Amino acid sequence: MNATSFSYDRLLNTLGAWVLALMWALPLVYAVWTAFHPAAYEANFDLFAPLTLENFAKAWQAAPFARYFLNTVILVTMVLAGQFFLCTLAAYSFARFTFPGRNILFALVLLQLLVMPDILIVENYKTMRLLDLVDTIPAIALPYVASGFGIFLLRQTFMTIPRELDEAARIEGASPLGVLWKVYIPLAKPTYLAYGLISVSHHWNNFLWPLIVTNSVETRPVTVGLNIFSAIDSGVEWSVINAATLMTSGPLLIAFLLFQRQFVQSFMRAGIK
Amino acid sequence: MSAKPSMTSRREWIYGWLLLLPAMVLLFAFTHVPAITTLLNSFFSTPRGRRAAKFVGVENYDRMLSDPVFWKVFWNNVWYAVGTIPVSIALAIAMALWVNDRLAGRSFVRMAYFTPTVLPLIAVANIWLFFYTPGFGLFDQITGYLFGWPSSNYLGNTDTALVAVMVVTVWKEAGFFMIFYLAALQSIPLSLKEAAQIEGAGRWTVFWRITFPLLMPTTLFVSVNAVINSFRLVDHIFILTDGGPDNASKLLLFLIYEVAFRHWETAYAASLTVALLVILSLLAIGQFYFVDRKVHYK
Repeated sequence: MNATSFSYDRLLNTLGAWVLALMWALPLVYAVWTAFHPAAYEANFDLFAPLTLENFAKAWQAAPFARYFLNTVILVTMVLAGQFFLCTLAAYSFARFTFPGRNILFALVLLQLLVMPDILIVENYKTMRLLDLVDTIPAIALPYVASGFGIFLLRQTFMTIPRELDEAARIEGASPLGVLWKVYIPLAKPTYLAYGLISVSHHWNNFLWPLIVTNSVETRPVTVGLNIFSAIDSGVEWSVINAATLMTSGPLLIAFLLFQRQFVQSFMRAGIK
Repeated sequence: MSAKPSMTSRREWIYGWLLLLPAMVLLFAFTHVPAITTLLNSFFSTPRGRRAAKFVGVENYDRMLSDPVFWKVFWNNVWYAVGTIPVSIALAIAMALWVNDRLAGRSFVRMAYFTPTVLPLIAVANIWLFFYTPGFGLFDQITGYLFGWPSSNYLGNTDTALVAVMVVTVWKEAGFFMIFYLAALQSIPLSLKEAAQIEGAGRWTVFWRITFPLLMPTTLFVSVNAVINSFRLVDHIFILTDGGPDNASKLLLFLIYEVAFRHWETAYAASLTVALLVILSLLAIGQFYFVDRKVHYK
């Protein structure tokens, strides 16, 4: 209880927090170091080693990263638009309509939190072949568009919106879809932001399913492109691979650093519900 | 009079169903139907060329149960889960407590913990692969400098490959779980802590008697998520070890990928998928009942 033991305790805690933080930052710092220095310095730490962007230039030329980025952007946009549209309608239905089968259907939606498309790769690949969609960007997106997590999250938000607002809009003659558009969606904006950030980071990073369902430069997202690039054992220098690695995570990393607070809060918001 | 409410409720039913329809169609098409066809196909042989699949009963399951690779991978996954989940959760709680406290350089510390979460697992694996490189990777350099250890190939050794993969997983996940604990910590009323401190309870007592029990619902949520992730995320394996050496770091979903898309034995892959789904369901149910009894709801 006395002051000296208290500050001793505080010192230990601060030290622990910092040691862990440095350990957590180390791999990334190391990757940044090698990516911005010539290959000769990749294991040789000289504070005055010359800085260079050559590794990035080499990586950019060695593989069609521009195309991979375009594919990922298309993919992420497609998934997000689809999820917002479908999950909003479904969540509105679960939150404010009563109809036979509602509870069973909702249980089936929640089941997707456990039985995920990520695991059902064999059958989903067969389905895509049947639909003749193999090696297209929609094939990567489709299994994730009806997201059980998204429906659940939006339903929880919609249920907190007072019914009086809903009824007032109806008395003024708004249709159910009008009410959804004018009352529910504007009031759920923070949830959309949170869900959007989670969805974008998730699908930017997704790897296994895109690896299976794509096999050409025109469809591969950056994660698959990076895997192919770094798997070549033809002596691509580490510094170049690290540059490519940073490049693929770059946009997300920059977005995260800029919107750190929103990121953390949106993950928290999604977690509480 | 009696017809009118049924008319409006009928209309409400139709609205409800129509709003749900598009999402349900896709949900069934890519989750529920494939789950069922996986189960059905696991009782058939793999169709090859003109030879159609034929019913083989439990042959695929027989093969699975007598397949040493399956059992190796099964135990790998068990150890992987047992090794990563408690460590990630313990670290996540520590991180959350530190970041929630007044701390010098708090925003840097929080950023360092959380950044791995935003990076693609495949990119993270690349960074760590370099980290682990025998001889001149940073890991060897540090252990060599500090303890004089010789250079060692952590990813290429059957004894250490899985542990090396687990380290990467913990690094990636702890910061993610921290966020949920941070949210939970901020909802614990300060008055509880203060009351305990007035009674003369130390920090450890406060943590074990008050904070930790109140965090139980979060621990349940996080551990369910962690269990699912330990069976769902195998991206890093592709880069780090490709399942080797000698299956030492192969996880179940990676094996399913390999059987289905490298050997094209889809029927056997279907029975492996069923095994994975059964394991996941049992774990989810088990966890819920086990932790539920210990959770302190308000």
